[in-house]
Amino acid sequence: MSRNGLRKREPPTDTAFLLTITICMFMAMYILAVIFLGDKGFSKPQTFFNLLNEYAALIVLSCGLSVVMISGGIDISVGGVTALICMTCVVYLEDAGGGFLGAVLISLGIGLAFGVVHGFLVAYLKIQPFIVTLAGMFFARGATALVNLDQVQAKNAAFTAVSRVRILIPGVGSFTKRGVFVPAYIEIGVIVALLIVILLFLMLKYTKFGRGLYAVGGNAQSALMLGINVSRTKFFAYVLTGLLAGVGGMLYFLHTGSGSVVQASGLEMDAIASSIIGGTLLSGGVGNIIGTLFGVLIRGTIYTIVTAIGAQGPWWTGITISALLCFFIVLQSVITSRKKR
Amino acid sequence: MSRNGLRKREPPTDTAFLLTITICMFMAMYILAVIFLGDKGFSKPQTFFNLLNEYAALIVLSCGLSVVMISGGIDISVGGVTALICMTCVVYLEDAGGGSTIAIAGCVIMRVLCGTETQVYELHNLVIVAVVLGCLAGMLAGAFNGILVSVFRIQPMVATLILFTAGRSIGSMVLGGNKPMVHVDAFSYWGNFIPGIPIPTPIFFALAGVIVIFLVLKFTNLALYAQSVGINENASRLNGLNPRSVKMMTYIIMGVCVGIAAFLQVSRQSSINPITITKNIEMDAILAVALGGNALSGGKFSMAGSVIGAYTIQALSTTLSTHNVPSEGVPAYKAIIIILIVIVQAPVVKEFFGKFWGNLTKKSSGTIRKVA
Repeated sequence: MSRNGLRKREPPTDTAFLLTITICMFMAMYILAVIFLGDKGFSKPQTFFNLLNEYAALIVLSCGLSVVMISGGIDISVGGVTALICMTCVVYLEDAGGGFLGAVLISLGIGLAFGVVHGFLVAYLKIQPFIVTLAGMFFARGATALVNLDQVQAKNAAFTAVSRVRILIPGVGSFTKRGVFVPAYIEIGVIVALLIVILLFLMLKYTKFGRGLYAVGGNAQSALMLGINVSRTKFFAYVLTGLLAGVGGMLYFLHTGSGSVVQASGLEMDAIASSIIGGTLLSGGVGNIIGTLFGVLIRGTIYTIVTAIGAQGPWWTGITISALLCFFIVLQSVITSRKKR
Repeated sequence: MSRNGLRKREPPTDTAFLLTITICMFMAMYILAVIFLGDKGFSKPQTFFNLLNEYAALIVLSCGLSVVMISGGIDISVGGVTALICMTCVVYLEDAGGGSTIAIAGCVIMRVLCGTETQVYELHNLVIVAVVLGCLAGMLAGAFNGILVSVFRIQPMVATLILFTAGRSIGSMVLGGNKPMVHVDAFSYWGNFIPGIPIPTPIFFALAGVIVIFLVLKFTNLALYAQSVGINENASRLNGLNPRSVKMMTYIIMGVCVGIAAFLQVSRQSSINPITITKNIEMDAILAVALGGNALSGGKFSMAGSVIGAYTIQALSTTLSTHNVPSEGVPAYKAIIIILIVIVQAPVVKEFFGKFWGNLTKKSSGTIRKVA
């Protein structure tokens, strides 16, 4: 974009500006937490890595949402899909006696199937993404209940072996009260999540498809005139999001190791909120995967802080996050209106 | 997109067409249910009333929605998105995930009635006070959304997302984490039956709501203004309307509807759990509005459609649960129906069938001419 001499952008682009705010906010929040709540565990590196462990699935799901939001759409089915994947996998592992690899394939398959259907309906039949994915969400939730109604815990040997893998981080750790060094660890899901973040970052930045996403999200009409196949780009955006929902669902399952009907409720809203906090514009065309990563981390930090303070009642998490969301949304609206002038 | 450059408007009979489909669907479904499931209570008129009873809150809500929707409705040329998104979001917010705003309003009502006790045998305040305060809470929430949508020009969906995430938490906060139960018979009359009258009370509320909104839309300029803002915001601004205040107005009206719906819901259950209240209504409200023929036609609306849509859904739910489908599984079937409806309504599909139908009639008329 910058190479094009004809169109001169305002010096700090919206994406960079929003990204900077997000990262600064995360840093400030975490440093404050370390200073004021250091005794509650914030000074330990493990607390930070636990954030990653806890939110690996959400990172992947939010990345998927960022992709689809950059293309100008929305997907609110990811929470339902996650629940469906957990339930199907757990039933497959426990009742059907399947293997771990099969479970992975199943979760990817489910995610892909949802992505393809959503993509087809949105891109080629031109139905509002909100309605399509809303129906998808309810279908996934309903299907979860039809698969199985009870909560099931996965006891499959291969599965538990994978989910308990802990990758120690050399040189980082903390001392216990007795002076024993406990190295910090991350779960296997974090590796997958970070890998996906990097891949998506490169894809959005350097591939034709990735740049097409920004073009389509920014202005579908001009993208069409520039010779970009808008429908196909949108279709593949949804397919990719579906696939990422599959991966995210699998990671979620790996972390929780159980399936239930009410699982992952509201996860889609968490993902959307994280994406917005990370600087993705819901109107499309602006967004950054790195920002999304920090969006998730901010959300996680707030949650950890609220729990650490032990605020009067669990509702403060919801309210704080909404307030933050409100701030970012208003900020975005101010940015867009400034741009129009 | 149509073939010619100038965009051709859809014929205005969309609403009527969809409404007809919906009514037919409802009739067919109900008649089939009476025939095949008559022994399970479908032949009793009471079942019919029960449908209304269970959905009174939804009907009140749908009325409010219709108003918001027309103002959020949009020129098809801009993409036809906002009408639906606006409405669904409001739905999504209002009763969403179980109606965050309903949760707020309901919690306010209960707080006023119950104070801080969990088991209440005597109401602390007059019911009417609670309802008024509940409506105020709903209006406040509506105004918040309205400000975000009209002043900050945020997409309705995003704007309502904020309250969606916060609503239930705020509700819990209002109640201080309690989940009060009311053990007063007179209170539950509002949501169930007044002794001696076979028709459930919420139906009166629903009817009153429909009539009031209908009259307001018929005899004031609100509908006209909202519709013109919905169809083309800029044009109506140039014509001297204030789109901001019109939008605000619609969101506040919606807030009142939410307050009443919350009251009915709370009274029906005589208790409240802000986390689960009206958890599944959202989808039904969207379905209701979509079935009613409102979905893809911004600036146009049909209230009768919404009401009948609500009815159809409830009939579907009842039928499914008679067939021993677990209540958590019902959404899967509804989702399929939603998808079918939106596919039928999709412009691409419509155009395809339009062409198909056109070819068919051309061919047949040609053959007739030949024969003649």
